[in-house]
Amino acid sequence: MSAATVAPASTRSRRAAELVMLLFAIALAMAAYASVSLARLGRLPSDMLGYGVGLGALMLLAHVTVRRTARYADPVLLPVVTLLNGLGLVMIHRLDLASSNRVTSLAGWVLHGDAPLQLVWTAVGVLAFVVVLVAVRDHRVLQRYTYTSMVVGLGLLLLPLVPGLGHVVNSANIWIRLGPLSFQPGEAAKIVLIVFFAGYLVAKRDVLALAGQRFLGVDLPRGRDLGPILLAWLASLGVLVFERDLGTSLLFFGTFVVVLYVATERLSWLLIGLVLFLGGSYAAYLIFAHVRQRVDIWLHPFAHVNEPGGSYQLVQGLFGMASGGILGTGLGRGRPDIVPLVKSDFIVAAFGEELGLTGLMALIVLYGIIVERGLRTAIAARDAFGKLLAAGLAVGLGIQVFVIVGGVTRLVPLTGLTTPFLSYGGSSLLANWVLVALLLRVSDSARRPAAAPQAASIEETQVVRL
Amino acid sequence: MNRPLRRVSIAVLVLFLALLANLNYLQVVAAPALRNATGNYRLVLEQYSHERGPILVDGRPVAYSTATNDKLKYLRGYSNGSLYAQVTGYYSIVYGSTGIEHAENSVLSGSSDALFVRRLVDILTGRAPQGGSVTLTLNPAAQRAAAAALGKRPGAVVAIDPSTGAILALVSSPTFDPNKLSSHDPSAIRAYYQTLLANPLTPLLDRAINQTYPPGSTFKLVTTAAALSSGRYQPDSKVPGPAALPLPGTTITLPNYDNRPCTAGSQTTTLLTAFERSCNATYGAVGMDLGASALAAQAEKFGFNSSFSLPLSTATSIFPSGLNAPQTAQSAIGQFDVTATPLQMAMVAAAIANRGVLMKPYLVSEVRGPDLTLLSRTQPSVLDTAVSPQVAAQMTTMLVDVVTHGTGPNAAIPGVEVAGKTGTAQVGNGKKPHAWFVSFAPAQDPKVAVAVIVENGGGAAEVSGNQLAAPIARAVMEAVIGK
Repeated sequence: MSAATVAPASTRSRRAAELVMLLFAIALAMAAYASVSLARLGRLPSDMLGYGVGLGALMLLAHVTVRRTARYADPVLLPVVTLLNGLGLVMIHRLDLASSNRVTSLAGWVLHGDAPLQLVWTAVGVLAFVVVLVAVRDHRVLQRYTYTSMVVGLGLLLLPLVPGLGHVVNSANIWIRLGPLSFQPGEAAKIVLIVFFAGYLVAKRDVLALAGQRFLGVDLPRGRDLGPILLAWLASLGVLVFERDLGTSLLFFGTFVVVLYVATERLSWLLIGLVLFLGGSYAAYLIFAHVRQRVDIWLHPFAHVNEPGGSYQLVQGLFGMASGGILGTGLGRGRPDIVPLVKSDFIVAAFGEELGLTGLMALIVLYGIIVERGLRTAIAARDAFGKLLAAGLAVGLGIQVFVIVGGVTRLVPLTGLTTPFLSYGGSSLLANWVLVALLLRVSDSARRPAAAPQAASIEETQVVRL
Repeated sequence: MNRPLRRVSIAVLVLFLALLANLNYLQVVAAPALRNATGNYRLVLEQYSHERGPILVDGRPVAYSTATNDKLKYLRGYSNGSLYAQVTGYYSIVYGSTGIEHAENSVLSGSSDALFVRRLVDILTGRAPQGGSVTLTLNPAAQRAAAAALGKRPGAVVAIDPSTGAILALVSSPTFDPNKLSSHDPSAIRAYYQTLLANPLTPLLDRAINQTYPPGSTFKLVTTAAALSSGRYQPDSKVPGPAALPLPGTTITLPNYDNRPCTAGSQTTTLLTAFERSCNATYGAVGMDLGASALAAQAEKFGFNSSFSLPLSTATSIFPSGLNAPQTAQSAIGQFDVTATPLQMAMVAAAIANRGVLMKPYLVSEVRGPDLTLLSRTQPSVLDTAVSPQVAAQMTTMLVDVVTHGTGPNAAIPGVEVAGKTGTAQVGNGKKPHAWFVSFAPAQDPKVAVAVIVENGGGAAEVSGNQLAAPIARAVMEAVIGK
């Protein structure tokens, strides 16, 4: 570790900048809310002030918590996440308007939409964010729970397989149901397992970095050190086989391999990971009909529109984004409600339709900013665990966004992952708020002015602007 | 650990750039094809989300949109749906649109270039876009009279204002109810459409402009026009008048419908008598004398061998080329391969009525924007000069004679001079002949020209045109001139 120490570019906390950006993010979300209401109902929403104040109060709580407990944390992450969450709420509300209209006219009931519930989950997510920042004053504490994390993470992953608890939605067995509550434990497992990856690899990276044989100019690891990656691979395949969840499987394995590479600086781990991934994917393609179907749909979406489990959803999403074009139809003026499951899996298509290429590119750039700030935090982090944790969280989010957005836009085969902060769903929202809290925690320690600068390490210092 | 982190950053950047590039491809390059792809019903939803403009007849909407509470925001409705069905067409989520709904879609939907500025204002002010209105030339009294007189018999009626070419009535029977095809219930639409398709009388076919028939004796108007225009014939010219005309080079003859000489006890007659009595043998001989090319040239001046945009597209009426002498004789009486739409025969009558000048037929008189500003008004235009005013005057006299003491007395209207001609077109295959009648009135100041066909109307002889078709023509003419 040549660059364990970092001299912050500035010792300013940048909290005021965060507050200004936060207010801007809330104003933007409220403008979107007003725009939807004007388009759908022809008037400004009567509860606009209430929602604005409510969301503002919630985010102010998050901001004050950051001020108090993570004074030097990255100022960009919270506003970006707030904007994404706010726009997600608006879009879910907008889709509520489209669907409840229809139901009301048919049955004459007043249906509660999904947006109020998503708002509650946003509050729960922000509270979890606050709790994590307050409770975890130093991220290195988490390193103590490395193996606990493994057990908890794997347990969460396996929960849907417990009879009576698991609950199959759209052929993917990734839900658990407790009474009226359903929960996707995979979202929580994502964070817990990244904590485990970081803790485990900090401990084992010296061993795993040892070179074995050299092959084609690449140092291969020793055969006996292949255990962990094989285990991760098998666990991912297990998720794929038993829970039929391609996206989660890919997310875990990809994140693990990247963190392994960062920890060991050995390119060979990436290559091995790639080989295992390709081999596993090909085997899965040969063995499992649902994987073959996914690939078929990806290659020939228009040939499978009318099949059960076919490409109707994907194709309708593509039609929606095509009708959005460059500038979009305008919020509330398109027909994203045609796409099945648009609130969860396909919310990106809804944004593509109503905000157009312009709006969707902006959203993707927002995600890019989160990943980039996360990776900068990793580079700036002063401890190895912090580096790996931040890298794992940022890359995990990046892979998730790539897989779901790429799937919806037909860049890669479609897999069922949520779109962080935008999709409807409590578990996803909660988990991602915790993820951001952890990133902020690491970034606070990375950017905090060193208590006593050590002259001896200056030469090895890398300057990173944050 | 920083070097791999930087590499990972670059890898993530590449992945995100791939997302952005793919998105640009999808929403810019591939978008136009996707928007028009089969199975993309967003276009339909988009069309149904605006208030579509009305189709008006005499200031009253015959097609209009009403707001609904379901997914498609507006329902297209048709008052007197089956009466105007062949003209308005339908506007279906399953089968697309036809008729004026199709031909004038850009105005009705509001997407016309003429409405560009208004659309821009709509976008800026957030006003809901709305379509413009299309006013038809139809005369509701004539349309109703034609439909009522034709009844349930398969056939068609076309009435034209001879001086402008404006179509006053356009009826095809059997018809259908466009409301049932324009509902928001796809399964009901499909079921109704299937029953229409299964009907052997093809209710979806607009017989008035899209079906061609052998014109039979009504084509003698064209042959007469060619004869008089040649300068070699006058109405009182002596012409052959046998009971049957032997066709050169064949063993068959062209007989008069009653197998009697045109003028009793004589082998000759006059052109006028032959016209009044609709003598096939005489007209066969005159046709051969004029020659196929003269007949073709005359037919084309009346609009044969062309199609028209009303803006509904029409079938082309045919006068064939490359005829030998017997075929020319048969063509001269509107048989062999001569075919005509009812619209075409109405145009022949209208041209004669309009002192020989053929006006371009049209169905749309006015197009207005949603705010009722006039976007366009159809100016009558001359299509061709079919005959000289002198020939037109001669023919008018001959046509009046047909009604007063020839084959078409049933078209007579008390107090009004009516010009008309019967026709009975043989269709072969043992089917009953089609009954035709073409006419205009008042003869000296024509307000309306009409063509009527009753398919397979019955009656083996020339009388069927008078019995079946002439009363229908008379009803329409009465409706227009207000008698």
